[in-house]
Amino acid sequence: MAVSVDEAVSTGPVRDRTPAARRFGGRGRSVLEIALLTVLAVVMLFPVLWMIETSIKENRDVYAIPAKFFDFTVTLDHFKDVFVASGGGRSTLSVAFLNSVVVAGVSTVLATVLGVPAAWAYSRFSVKAKKDQLFFILSTRFMPPVVVVIPIFLMYRQVGLIDTKLGLILIYAAFNVPFTIWMMKGFVDEVPAEYEDAAMLDGYTRLQAFWKFTLPLLVPGIAATAVFALIFSWNEFVFAIFLTSSDTVRTAPPAIAGLIGGTTVDWGLVAAASVVFALPVLVFAYLVRKHLIAGVTLGAVRR
Amino acid sequence: MGTVAAHGLCKSFGKVQALDGVTLDVPDGSFFVVLGPSGAGKTTTLRAIAGLEKLDAGSVHLDGRDATGDTPAERDLAMVFQSYALYPRHTVYENIASPLRARRRSSSEIAAAVEQMSNLLHIERLLKRRPAQLSGGEMQRVALARALVRSPRAFLMDEPLTNLDLKLRVEMRTELTRIHRSLGATFVYVTNDQVEALSMADQVAVLKEGKVQQVGTPTEVYERPANQWVAGFVGSPQISLLACHAEGDRLVGAEGWTLPRPRWTTAEDGRPLLLGLRAEDLSVEQRGNASLSGELYGLEPLGDRTVVDVRVGTEILKVKARPTVTGTPGERLHVTVDLDRAHLFDAGTGLALSEAGR
Repeated sequence: MAVSVDEAVSTGPVRDRTPAARRFGGRGRSVLEIALLTVLAVVMLFPVLWMIETSIKENRDVYAIPAKFFDFTVTLDHFKDVFVASGGGRSTLSVAFLNSVVVAGVSTVLATVLGVPAAWAYSRFSVKAKKDQLFFILSTRFMPPVVVVIPIFLMYRQVGLIDTKLGLILIYAAFNVPFTIWMMKGFVDEVPAEYEDAAMLDGYTRLQAFWKFTLPLLVPGIAATAVFALIFSWNEFVFAIFLTSSDTVRTAPPAIAGLIGGTTVDWGLVAAASVVFALPVLVFAYLVRKHLIAGVTLGAVRR
Repeated sequence: MGTVAAHGLCKSFGKVQALDGVTLDVPDGSFFVVLGPSGAGKTTTLRAIAGLEKLDAGSVHLDGRDATGDTPAERDLAMVFQSYALYPRHTVYENIASPLRARRRSSSEIAAAVEQMSNLLHIERLLKRRPAQLSGGEMQRVALARALVRSPRAFLMDEPLTNLDLKLRVEMRTELTRIHRSLGATFVYVTNDQVEALSMADQVAVLKEGKVQQVGTPTEVYERPANQWVAGFVGSPQISLLACHAEGDRLVGAEGWTLPRPRWTTAEDGRPLLLGLRAEDLSVEQRGNASLSGELYGLEPLGDRTVVDVRVGTEILKVKARPTVTGTPGERLHVTVDLDRAHLFDAGTGLALSEAGR
């Protein structure tokens, strides 16, 4: 995956080559800058570190007072518990992770398949009231999920989408399509329309011209956009907790949240589940990091 | 066969009227140049013929058949874009093969055609490269090869030489003329370079602000410009225009000069006119049949000739002279005029006066 994406960007016109010197503000940073950044890094990273530590501590070290930073017994039992139920067989959490993979994956594919051609159309064709349409599309993202979750809940109850993976997939796709259209339009605008004109004169239809000549140049942009959409769907909590209830449908965020509460909380399990939950996003973001920057600085910037 | 007929093309982009009733009749096998300044609607005209631009009004006939609603593929035309529009991810070979692949030709046929084209345009050694690895001149040749690899009804070329350096441009001019002659195909060629138009064209259409100003052979357009604007646009150095009016058998200039009235002018006395004089029809070295006096304003040595700017009152005359000519600014000069080759325009409408009597 990483290889093909890199190759795609190396020949495409979509590039971000900010000189390194400019990006890092010339010669060395001041002491104050370094101090502030260090404080910020510690504040930001300490919870993550604590989570990772907790996930590999034995239970008695987890609850030890004073807290043990260094000399604790390392165990991978919590990770085993994430995937394997206490009586053997698959745990509820592992089912939730699988649900998350399916819901995030399918909704991202759906949003990409719908959003990329729409972005192409908005970029290439003269559409009536194009700006108004694009603004309307964006306006669906103005409200946070929690504002619309009640009406969605009522509608879903009517049509039987409550507590189904399809329901979550549809709502995530609906949230990601506007984002995909906006971000991809920036990428499509960067690809000269003349490639398609030339292809049509060669004898291809308009769709063939898009498919054979423009789409391959959009691959880096699509990768970046899809990762953003994937991260949104993967992390989404509000819709998931309102619209699903059974263990077979539930995605990971509400499932992990469900571990907290009751009389005792198995913090080791919570931490291990959180680590497992965080990993895919980190891996994806790492794979497409170049294009994420390109996506932020180039795709989203209107000219 | 390859006739292209565009009738009454109209196209506006928002509030800008790009084409305002453009009508062109391109005969089979001709090298037809559409000449105009940037923004005149040349490219839009070409794109309309190609089917890339939806028209507000007008029709396009190809080989006598109405093709107005046809897709670009159905029109069977080939086009060279100003930016070349070579597919960046395809090799040169695949770029040239693309029109044949789109038409599902066999791979042996494609290989033969690409080889023939690369020989014709001397790009054999580039076939495995990608467009990013080519120089401007090489890209231009590849774009040309991609167009020429088929035998379409007509070839459309949108300022294909504009992005080349001067030496290459002159070279490609000759080459294009050679290719046109050997193929005998119809070329519709858009340019803002009058030298290209005059040197390559069988027919020139001069376009300004979406309207056709004049259609004719290069000689006609140069020797008998239909109006003051065409006279000013075609020809370098620019034609000099002097305000004047007829008075009996004389032309009286607004700056006080008088010249004998050319026999062929029919303009009534007193009507405001513009006298158009090309640099080569003027001389500071005693030639021609009448003279104006003025003062030397500047010298512009161009190697093979020198353009002498002569100020007559507030107006500047550009005079072509031998490269050896010298002088100091402010010096009095007599400029002789070849009145038989002068042009007269109505100062109000800008239209050329009838030259029927010439």
